[in-house]
Amino acid sequence: MIWFFLTSGLFLGFSLGANDAANVFGTAVGSRMVRFKVAAAIASLFVLLGAVMEGSGTTETLGRLGAVNAIAGSFTVALAAGLTVAWMNRARLLVSTTQAIVGAIIGWNLFTRSTTDIGVLSQIVATWFLSPLLAALLAILLYLLFKRILGKVRIHMLRLDAYTRTGLIIVGALGSYSLGANNIANVMGVFVPASPFKDLPLLGSANLHGTQQLFLLGALAIAAGIFTRSQRMMYAVGSEIFKLTPILALIVVLAQALVLFIFASSGIKNGLLAVGLPPIPLVPVSSSQAIVGAIFGIGIIKGMKGVNFKMLGRIASGWVMTPLFAALLSFIALFFVQNVFEQEVVHHAIVPSAAARPTAVAAPADTLSIPDTIQTITTIPQLEELQ
Amino acid sequence: MLFKKNKQIEVQIDEFLDLVIKGGLIFKQAVRYYLQGRLEEFENHLKELNDTEEKGDDLRREIESKLYLRTLIPESRGDVLGLMESSDKVLNQTTENLLQFSVESPVIPEELHPVFLDLADYAVNASEGMVKAIRAYFRDLASVRDNVNQVLFYRKESNKSAEKFKRAVFRSELRLSHKIHLRYFAYHIELIAEEAEDVCDRLSIATIKRYI
Repeated sequence: MIWFFLTSGLFLGFSLGANDAANVFGTAVGSRMVRFKVAAAIASLFVLLGAVMEGSGTTETLGRLGAVNAIAGSFTVALAAGLTVAWMNRARLLVSTTQAIVGAIIGWNLFTRSTTDIGVLSQIVATWFLSPLLAALLAILLYLLFKRILGKVRIHMLRLDAYTRTGLIIVGALGSYSLGANNIANVMGVFVPASPFKDLPLLGSANLHGTQQLFLLGALAIAAGIFTRSQRMMYAVGSEIFKLTPILALIVVLAQALVLFIFASSGIKNGLLAVGLPPIPLVPVSSSQAIVGAIFGIGIIKGMKGVNFKMLGRIASGWVMTPLFAALLSFIALFFVQNVFEQEVVHHAIVPSAAARPTAVAAPADTLSIPDTIQTITTIPQLEELQ
Repeated sequence: MLFKKNKQIEVQIDEFLDLVIKGGLIFKQAVRYYLQGRLEEFENHLKELNDTEEKGDDLRREIESKLYLRTLIPESRGDVLGLMESSDKVLNQTTENLLQFSVESPVIPEELHPVFLDLADYAVNASEGMVKAIRAYFRDLASVRDNVNQVLFYRKESNKSAEKFKRAVFRSELRLSHKIHLRYFAYHIELIAEEAEDVCDRLSIATIKRYI
């Protein structure tokens, strides 16, 4: 049965590969600096490395991901998120996989009558606005910096081409590595307890653990998504919102990487606190939203000429529709899985109904001792790591 | 590896532009030899210019195929190839002019030699300015404009010299066929500067596109 349940994780991985590879290599491929096949090969290799080498280290993530506490529930939530992303991609919209998962989880919360922490949810939703804005601002600043530097340093066009190409490949490879490391746990993590794989001895005393084999399988699904379905999305990111030159492509990818770093850096948070400024919440953000924000920032500084507002509007509407659609799909699918296929989608012993706990919503999140509330608080931000 | 390949093409582009400069200098010197009646030296220079032009053609084709095959500078490739081709035309025009001297042996009255030399000098200066502008396009966008302005200046001067030469020719007592023959030579030398100006027009647009 586990093999059947695994398919939804693999499908989510496939959808994630098709959608998210465009964030790391879209501008490079769209600006024709890196060929699609090369980008797909590098992205797949580094997703695999990230997944196998660092994915298994995210045990904390896996533990917190357990809020969806029955494997049939996990299967359904992953399926709903995967279908949402695949459907949006079919409409050629770059969506946030994070939004899809958050929506699907909320669908699960609603279906199982579990509490959704509004504070955490609003923090996540705030980043959906903040990260594209910050990415746009950073892209503008980087643009001005690059313009100043390139005006002073006389580099031959061909050498600049080589530097830009190398920069795009390095940033793309690093992005792919973190994509694999951060997201594989969310794609395959729920299946770890039921993993059918045994440790596999490698050369010497090294072992490929069962979890790593599971993650390797998930990473292969992501790679399949990258190779077969991401090309259209890469061109959409790289050329359809605003036609990017190679240097602009590099600026956009750098701005995106900086946004992801800022939202994950405790150093910056502590620094802001030290000077009495409000800290940036340490919430992993959507790379899809960051990349679109950065491209829009470049469009602004270039005088809005050439910005494809139609495409931008479609993407923005996709961001609104994704969590709603995923939540609805998850809710409906859970209903069928529970009532038609008679699968347990929630362990009620762990997650009592909200009706039985009238004080749970009103009480401060950090003082609650009810397991599902704690799980909900911790689960949603972790799921945000999908991006 | 990528840096090495790019460096190699960078060197080849510089070599190609060196050939355009060399072609102009050979032309200038060869016209002087022709007017001085040193025909053997003139013919040697013509041969040298032919070799230079052939080398230029080969080098241009090699650069073009490398840029395409290695998908380098995707955004500017079309512009660069256009610039290479049109600057090669300037070199071809220079060679063609000298060949016409050898084939048709125009008789240029001695009193018109200074104006004719001025015309040749201005045309070659325009092509040299064009090469400087192209080099700036690759390395230093801010100076493209200065070099383009120089080309425009020399093109205008070559027009003036050509006009002066033609007026002098048509007011002389020469036979009409001789006058038309000389006009033909002035016109073709003037074309070198005109071609250089066309390259610079193309270059100005390409430069705007390169600003990030």
